[in-house]
Amino acid sequence: MSEKQEILRQGDDSFVTTRVDSVVNWGRKYSFFLYPFVTACCGMEFMSVAGPRYDLDRFGAALPRFSPRQADLLMVVGTISHRQAPILKKVYDQMAEPKWVVAFGACTCSGGPYNNYSTVQGIDTIVPVDIYIPGCPPRPEAVLDGLMKLQDKVQGSPGWSRPRHQETADLDLPIIEKPVA
Amino acid sequence: MSDLLQAIEEKLGDAVEDSHAYRGDDTILVSHDRVLEVMQTLKDDSSFRFNMLIDLTAVDYLGRDPRFEVVYHLGSVEVEARGSEPSSLRHRLRVKSGVAEVPCEIDSVTSIWPAANWMEREVFDFYGIRFKGHDDMRRILLYEEFQGHPLRKDYPKERRQPLIGPRN
Ligand code: SF4
Repeated sequence: MSEKQEILRQGDDSFVTTRVDSVVNWGRKYSFFLYPFVTACCGMEFMSVAGPRYDLDRFGAALPRFSPRQADLLMVVGTISHRQAPILKKVYDQMAEPKWVVAFGACTCSGGPYNNYSTVQGIDTIVPVDIYIPGCPPRPEAVLDGLMKLQDKVQGSPGWSRPRHQETADLDLPIIEKPVA
Repeated sequence: MSDLLQAIEEKLGDAVEDSHAYRGDDTILVSHDRVLEVMQTLKDDSSFRFNMLIDLTAVDYLGRDPRFEVVYHLGSVEVEARGSEPSSLRHRLRVKSGVAEVPCEIDSVTSIWPAANWMEREVFDFYGIRFKGHDDMRRILLYEEFQGHPLRKDYPKERRQPLIGPRN
């Protein structure tokens, strides 16, 4: 038996082999730092899910950061108006890679109950979205389910060091100077 | 007719174009060029003392002349310092005033109730009614780039004016 084989044999119980992708992603999925972009009634449900009763902390996603530069999970919670859309985009742009976006509630998924002059019809027209959580507002269970789906997605994402901006390039939206009629 | 309406009509005479009372809610209709003097009297006169502007909004009656109506809700809710006679009369009154499409303007009541400031801006934002004598007549909720006034009945329901992103 070679020296190398000998080391591996002795180490049977003391180390495991894995791929750097999986181990980095494993670390990331249990340590989201979320930026709550909370604008409307869904915020109540967000507070509930982030509090002790439903306990987002069990998933390692408890600590909200109120600077986008310290966050990697953008939680968009509530109705987004056209007036607010540029702010949301700016917050997203200020977050460092890697970053993820959750659309929390019907309003962020599709405009929800509102289809009028003021409301953005889904935040995916402004920023790329990883997980959509439907409901008006979603139940805490639905939020937790969404978070676990996001964890699966993070775990499965290949090329942990590749900036996700690549995927969002086609969403590089120009500011429209003149509103369209 | 309620006592309040009677007193108002006696005091203001022909400034009151019309009035009605419905389930305890008194309403008077005032011509748009006399709004300021009527409001001043309603606030100052010791038998009314409407010291609170509860709400100020507008209605678009498209196809009618005058097309718009500005609606004021007034209350007299003052509670004086202890010892003096209680001064609250607990009156409530709705004042309406027609506003034509052109010129779409009416006197501002900010000089009487400063609370009118943001409400008049809101009415301007959504109905395009200008308030003469308001010192800051610009949009309050919508963005500067927005064209038109979305709560007018002839604002197209489908018209969207996003600042960013594809039209949606
Ligand atoms: S989805 Fe429903 S609960 Fe959530 S912000 Fe929209 S209207 Fe409010």
